[in-house]
Amino acid sequence: MQIRDILSFSMHAATANRGRTLLMLLAMAIGVSSVVVLISLGDSARIYVIDQFSSLGTNLLIVLPGRSETTGGPPPLLGETPRDLTLEDAISLTRARTVRRIAPIIAGSAPVSVHNLEREMLVLGSTSEIFDIRHLDLSQGNFLPPGDPTRAEAICVIGLTGKKELFGNQPAIGRWLRIGDRRFRVIGILASPEVSLGEDLGDMVIIPVAAAQSLFNASSLFRILVEATSPEGMEQTRQSILETIRARHEGEDDITVITQDAILATFDRIFKALTLSVAGIAAISLVVAGIMIMNVMLVAISNRKTEIGLLKALGASKGQIMQLFLTESTILSSIGAAIGLVLALLGIRLAAFLFPQFPLYIAPWSPAIALAVALITGIIFGILPARRAASLEPALSLARR
Amino acid sequence: MIHLQHIERIFLVGDEEVHALSDVSMTASDGEYIAIMGPSGSGKSSLLNIIGLLDRPDNGSYELDGIKVSELDEQQQAEIRRHKIGFVFQFFHLVPRLTAFDNIALPLMLSGIKQEERQVRVTAALAAFGLSNRAGHRPDQLSGGQRQRVAIARATIMQPSVILADEPTGNLDRSSGIEVAEILEELNRQGITLIMVTHDPDLGRRARRQILMVDGRIEHDK
Repeated sequence: MQIRDILSFSMHAATANRGRTLLMLLAMAIGVSSVVVLISLGDSARIYVIDQFSSLGTNLLIVLPGRSETTGGPPPLLGETPRDLTLEDAISLTRARTVRRIAPIIAGSAPVSVHNLEREMLVLGSTSEIFDIRHLDLSQGNFLPPGDPTRAEAICVIGLTGKKELFGNQPAIGRWLRIGDRRFRVIGILASPEVSLGEDLGDMVIIPVAAAQSLFNASSLFRILVEATSPEGMEQTRQSILETIRARHEGEDDITVITQDAILATFDRIFKALTLSVAGIAAISLVVAGIMIMNVMLVAISNRKTEIGLLKALGASKGQIMQLFLTESTILSSIGAAIGLVLALLGIRLAAFLFPQFPLYIAPWSPAIALAVALITGIIFGILPARRAASLEPALSLARR
Repeated sequence: MIHLQHIERIFLVGDEEVHALSDVSMTASDGEYIAIMGPSGSGKSSLLNIIGLLDRPDNGSYELDGIKVSELDEQQQAEIRRHKIGFVFQFFHLVPRLTAFDNIALPLMLSGIKQEERQVRVTAALAAFGLSNRAGHRPDQLSGGQRQRVAIARATIMQPSVILADEPTGNLDRSSGIEVAEILEELNRQGITLIMVTHDPDLGRRARRQILMVDGRIEHDK
């Protein structure tokens, strides 16, 4: 038989009974669309989180005080506490060749007030470098000026939300505000109150690191952000940070250095696993659709016994009968898959329309997966009915009227 | 040339063995016109199914045009059915969703003959059986006589050497029945072997040779 004939014969047979065809298409469409939608949601979430993390900066290393891992050796019997990470430690890191810039960070929350308006805000003590490391943006004024990080100048840069709450529509540049019991002059306002991984840049005040040290009465840094000169220099930078701090801390490895890549890779893995498991759950609906296809095909075959007997009498071999019925179930599941794909596209469009802040898109490989799965389902669940059709005894099936 | 020797066909009904055919031997030369007659359950349809390779005998040998077909496998038997045997049934057995044209073209399609050649051969067959203006009609839009003519056109489209007809007029009124019988006899005159199962004595008498079957045996052959 010619392929064109097989296709047209099976197509005819598949569409002859509308009720059954619609039912099968529906089952398949639901299965395929749920797989595509869930894969796309999972993948969109992954990309959203990765984007958010990348916006923290590039070639970033984060130095934290304390250790989160052991290298063996005797346990510290005398209850050692990690040494503080000091501003001097931070400054010493700039000497490494592969370090482009560093930003020491002290963070804490403190009441910020203007006249009788008071607001609890996140206070970040840092240097001018954090502006470039974190890719910050100003809407007005200037950022902290570069210079000696140990100088505690009484100036601050305020987030947009904080500015609106404290100053209303009045200009804030040049005005004074009070953080805790100290006074600071506003020299700049951050742009776009964009949420970046839980830290609300809009509700934040940035002050010089030395000022933060005296404000919170602590010399210890919260962390140090280090930007390497290139992605290739990351590992070298990591080593040189560890060595520098070890030398300064009497030979103790008492800091943790996290690279941004490691965090990104972890999130990437977590979200991929999540997407896969969600897709796996959705695939159950495809199995249900497959069983439905099998069921409907079996009914169709018992209704068409005479036709099968006739085809055999006209010289169709077992192989040809199998071919015809397999093609029929595959055609049905493919059309169902196509409908499901369209449904999924519409669903994602609708979701993107309803939640514009969440970047939604169809995973580019999901249509291919959906089609492949539909074909495989059609064939696997079509085999049993097709075999049954092929093994019918022509004499018996023709005897029925 | 059909040559059957000691054919046995046994069906199991419950625990009981029913001998549908027991020790049937017969020979039909090319171009013969045979009517197989007998009461219901006498084995005449079983015999026709064996001759048509729709069923396998439990015992005995069957030779068709010099080929020992009882020894062939499924695939080869399908080949023989396709090229050498044409079937005409009491209930026509047309595929209800296909037009008259497509029903007649089925055997050509199954053997992979190209669209253009199919067009030519089926159009000629439609004309030969007076169905030219019915080509696009589905079976439910045709009369009984027309349906049987479509079925005969389908049975002959591959130019078989044998036509097996199982009660070809059983579902038709008298005049259509006679018309169908005349068509089959005309084909027989052109050299095709015609074997017909019937219990209509009038139709049976038209055949040059009648075989009477009783209880799975050939009772009478003249």
